[in-house]
Amino acid sequence: MTTPIHTRTLLMAGLVAGLFAYPGLSSAQQQQPAATPAPLPSPTTNSVLQDAPNSPDAQKLAPVAPPPIATAADKIQLDKLKLPKGFKLEVYASGMVNARSMARGDKGTIFVSTRLLDHIYAVTDKNGKREVIPLYKGLFRPNGLAFKDGTLYIAELNKISKVPGIEDHLTDPPKPTLIYDNLPSDEAHGWKYLAIGPDNKLYFNVGAPCNICMPPDTHAQLRRINLDGSGMEVIARGTRQVVGLDFHPVSHVLYFSENQRDWLSEDLPNDKLNRLQHPGKDFFGFPYCHQGDVPDPVFGWGRGCDGVTKPLAKLGPHVAPLGVRFYTGKMFPKEYHDALFIVRHGSWNKTHKLGGDIEVAWLKPDGTVKTIKPFLEGFLQDNKYIGRPVDILQMPDGALLISDDWNGAVYRLSYSTERVSSR
Amino acid sequence: MRTIVTICLFLAALSGRASAQNVSEKLPTCLACHGESGTSQTENVPSLGAQNSPYALIQLFMFREGLRTADPMNEMMKGVADADLQAFADAIAKLPQPKAAEGGDAQRMAHGQVLAGQNHCNMCHRADFSGQENVPRLGGQREDYLLKSLREYKSGIRHGYDASMADVVQPMSDADFVDVAYYISRAK
Repeated sequence: MTTPIHTRTLLMAGLVAGLFAYPGLSSAQQQQPAATPAPLPSPTTNSVLQDAPNSPDAQKLAPVAPPPIATAADKIQLDKLKLPKGFKLEVYASGMVNARSMARGDKGTIFVSTRLLDHIYAVTDKNGKREVIPLYKGLFRPNGLAFKDGTLYIAELNKISKVPGIEDHLTDPPKPTLIYDNLPSDEAHGWKYLAIGPDNKLYFNVGAPCNICMPPDTHAQLRRINLDGSGMEVIARGTRQVVGLDFHPVSHVLYFSENQRDWLSEDLPNDKLNRLQHPGKDFFGFPYCHQGDVPDPVFGWGRGCDGVTKPLAKLGPHVAPLGVRFYTGKMFPKEYHDALFIVRHGSWNKTHKLGGDIEVAWLKPDGTVKTIKPFLEGFLQDNKYIGRPVDILQMPDGALLISDDWNGAVYRLSYSTERVSSR
Repeated sequence: MRTIVTICLFLAALSGRASAQNVSEKLPTCLACHGESGTSQTENVPSLGAQNSPYALIQLFMFREGLRTADPMNEMMKGVADADLQAFADAIAKLPQPKAAEGGDAQRMAHGQVLAGQNHCNMCHRADFSGQENVPRLGGQREDYLLKSLREYKSGIRHGYDASMADVVQPMSDADFVDVAYYISRAK
């Protein structure tokens, strides 16, 4: 009987690792002839830590958790952040623990979701007076938000709902109406990002239920549905976890960030910026291939990176890119028109943290990346987070709102020529 | 158990809402169930000694917000101000480290050690199970509480702050939980 190569390799690696890691084991087993060794995990084991090396330095790394208490506005260290000349960042609203994705209502309400909590917040602005209203509680990781024609769309971990006319009922919001729940309930990469395309459809992710594993047919993909929840299509496969989507203002092509696996190495693989050119056809690599050109050491034997749609850009290892946003406003200098802002939430699976910033990608006429430059830096100070950006929302005046789930705040990014000329 | 819970609730009602100065006054109420010297003598009630403050803060917050349900903790945390949550978490971290349980069948310990390694408990929770930051100390924790926690993560009764534990316990069996809890509560 032949064992599939990857299983045999894993068994051998596991046995060798086991013998070295647990020096007392073999003698204990000799004294107890009846002991049966525990079975080694199969390659499809779902675990954020599968393949994690047992070295002391690796043991110092664990997923970071944002504080459950929002930072007071005057304690947010905006002075530590660096921006290009003329740009200014100020606190738009604070006191929103775990502020994540944002959507803007037709009447100007800013809706802010959470991922670790069960809340959705609404921020109103009445004659310059800003108020944070706790809109909903008791939802299940309601990270995804979108708004269209008076209706708020909410993507919880395993269902998508809508609330028509929400802005007239901010203090007494009705129970959301379910529109779609044909979704798995895996917690790992279960939280959703939601976007409405130029085709008036809802776009969202179904993440891989693990760090690295063979995902079921229902996972590691992007889907779209009609606004009433009908007509589900899988438009992209092989995407490990996607928490940022936007559509090119001219070509209407979908651009998205993608988070790659952990525990391969400090510097590999890079997280990605992708483009979906062939909905329903493009395959982005997971679990066989990472960052477009690195075959997975377990799943990549044989097919490797054959037929994988390459990323438009490698964004850095473990940087956790989240929100992406094409700038179409008139406030920023002309050079930013149709440029793509990319949030790098920041790494945890890396000794020297990377990210905690926002970059800008400029595209060539064919839609590929010409160059990427840092834009807003400094949320990482001395290898510690003083904030972690998540999502970007463009306002009618051309300013950008930026959410931060570490401080529980939303910032407003504005530009003024006066700031450039004055010294 | 029920008697102790009743006593605790009675004491909680007496002591009223905590303010920053009252955290030290209210702490004895906590320790009545959780143990005077950081080690719990109460079935299924965790030891708090030397628990990492960021983790303790998150759990107290989750109890207050109803993100985690455990009688009587939700009642105990109702209305507690953010500053007091932090003060409680800091006080908990200062409690003496609980002592690991004595003894342990060599075969079961060996098996538990293998499981803890395979499932990488010794990664986030560190080789000595002291945890780090938002990852809890497991070393010296009560065996029954460890087992209860693993089972609740698996069944989904208990949600973590993030998805890490739900992810980790997915491939594990109940027999695995029993052996891992046996091992970790006794690991020195």
